[in-house]
Amino acid sequence: MTDGIQAKESVSRPEGDERVKRVAGVRRAMVRPELGAICGAIAVFVYFFFAAGNTGMFSLEGVMNWGTVSAQFAIIAVGACLLMIAGEFDLSVGSMIGFAGIMIALLSVHYSFPMWLAILSAFAIAVAIGALNGYVVVKTKLPSFIVTLASLFILRGLTIYLSIATTRQTIIGGVREVGEGDWLAPVFGGKILKGLFAWLAEAGIIATYTGGTRAGQPVVDGIPMLMVWALLLIIFGHILLTRTQFGNWIFASGGDAQAARNVGVPVNRVKILMFMFTAFCATVFAACQVMEFGSAAADRGLLKEFEAIIAVVIGGALLTGGYGSVIGAALGALVFGVVQQGLFFAGVESSLFRVFLGIILLLAVVLNTYIRRLITGER
Amino acid sequence: MADTPLIELIGIEKHFGSVIALAGVSLSVLPGECHCLLGDNGAGKSTFIKVMSGVHQPTRGEIRVNGREVGFSSPRDAMNMGIATVYQDLAMIPLMSVTRNFWMGREPTKRFGPLKFFDFEKANAVTMSEMRRMGIQLREPDQAVGTLSGGERQTVAIARAVYFGAKVLILDEPTSALGVRQTSNVLATIDRVRKGGVGIVFITHNVRHAMAVGDRFTVLNRGKTLGTAKRGEISTEELQDMMAGGAELAALEGSLGGTV
Repeated sequence: MTDGIQAKESVSRPEGDERVKRVAGVRRAMVRPELGAICGAIAVFVYFFFAAGNTGMFSLEGVMNWGTVSAQFAIIAVGACLLMIAGEFDLSVGSMIGFAGIMIALLSVHYSFPMWLAILSAFAIAVAIGALNGYVVVKTKLPSFIVTLASLFILRGLTIYLSIATTRQTIIGGVREVGEGDWLAPVFGGKILKGLFAWLAEAGIIATYTGGTRAGQPVVDGIPMLMVWALLLIIFGHILLTRTQFGNWIFASGGDAQAARNVGVPVNRVKILMFMFTAFCATVFAACQVMEFGSAAADRGLLKEFEAIIAVVIGGALLTGGYGSVIGAALGALVFGVVQQGLFFAGVESSLFRVFLGIILLLAVVLNTYIRRLITGER
Repeated sequence: MADTPLIELIGIEKHFGSVIALAGVSLSVLPGECHCLLGDNGAGKSTFIKVMSGVHQPTRGEIRVNGREVGFSSPRDAMNMGIATVYQDLAMIPLMSVTRNFWMGREPTKRFGPLKFFDFEKANAVTMSEMRRMGIQLREPDQAVGTLSGGERQTVAIARAVYFGAKVLILDEPTSALGVRQTSNVLATIDRVRKGGVGIVFITHNVRHAMAVGDRFTVLNRGKTLGTAKRGEISTEELQDMMAGGAELAALEGSLGGTV
């Protein structure tokens, strides 16, 4: 009994633990979840600078080309990233893109809704389905992998059925005509800074068409709203995750749901909201695509869920949740877009795209695992 | 120590269908006291803490907080009355920083126009100073909890509960997975917290750990209290005997040379 008391009192409390090494500021700034994605992005840019530097890949037009593709990936990656950090997956993102697109086209073209109402309805329905996904996952306690795999098939089948049952085809066109003059359509299909680009073209700073019906007009006539949405969603996602109370709940829900519940974090609400946000992002993607193409197709968005997850994983997120970064996911999307379009510029056989992607994914995951161990002390 | 108990449980029974998990357990915790709850595996310790922390509602019996009879319908209820539980594995999230863990569920916010942001400045400052008070030197507040040792993690969890106004702290086997040095760190933390007037329920099946900090000892065996003893009234051997139910252990002890 007395030995116990002595043990307690003899506990030494070193001031400034001698075993904690001083960490240099530079290293501290370097070791962060996005490091793998930053390295990946630099590597990819360096490679294509040498492989395709003279092909126009880095001209304004080229940048717009891969920038648009990267923005597409980024939009769905932000949603997938927050959801994955909250500890869940959504495999129905691709199907949701097809579904939301068909909804917009069907409601506006076939049922003659005004475009803004069609878009808002599609958002409402998609987000409701996202909430249902989340509700089923939370209530049944089944892995979201399985639940959303079911949604993947249900939504895709439903999309094709609805499209064929109402219009007898799987592609619905004529959306652009209906959207003419609508106030909400340009928010997804329009371009901004047109004046600036026209001025730059006039001043001879950027390229203009030299022939055809659009001679004299700038080749790049504005920033597509797709990119604006991507940027806004990245900023929103990053601030939400790192700077707010809710962001802390997202980390906590994915890190250890039970520990989070013990201190009163509304884990179920967080997870359901993240499913809804993922569906929202998928609908933004769909709306931009439908407005740009002027049509919707029932098979749009195929495999997008995996591309989103790959971008998120390249960005340093942990597949089991509780760890990750929106900036990392955005960089992952950038790597994805640059590789996909860059191989085209470099004249590399396009079938090698997947080989490249697989290698990048593997390297990124190895590097990220190492970085994560440094930061979190995982063993 | 003559005050009214912070919490008092009288004749608690808990039945799960036909299984009687608790068959009349009584325990009280005074301010500044460390009350050790001892019992072997399956004695009903876990069920009892769950009753105390509001997870389970007792089938029979009375719970009094500050002398007033109460009923907890949820862990939140218990928490609001100042009864906090630190679970062995389920307290901290290793992937998150110390600050994020410390404030989890009660994040301080500051307004910026219509928007509310996590007030990291305040959160980090409080976390650092609370950790220092507990004798833990953090390298930085955004250090991940995973980089801390097991004992330090328990200490963070205890510091968190105390900072957020715990009057009674229920510690569920805080030392069972720790090494010698880590254990003494946690015991030192318990001692420090107790001196601040917080009542502690220290659940353990290690008599030596209990003896090191306990003021009173209650032994549970097969869902019943075998009695409560004050420090000095009972020896390590007697406690050990009560926990294991006497006879068999006495035989074992012979062959092990009294080391259990």
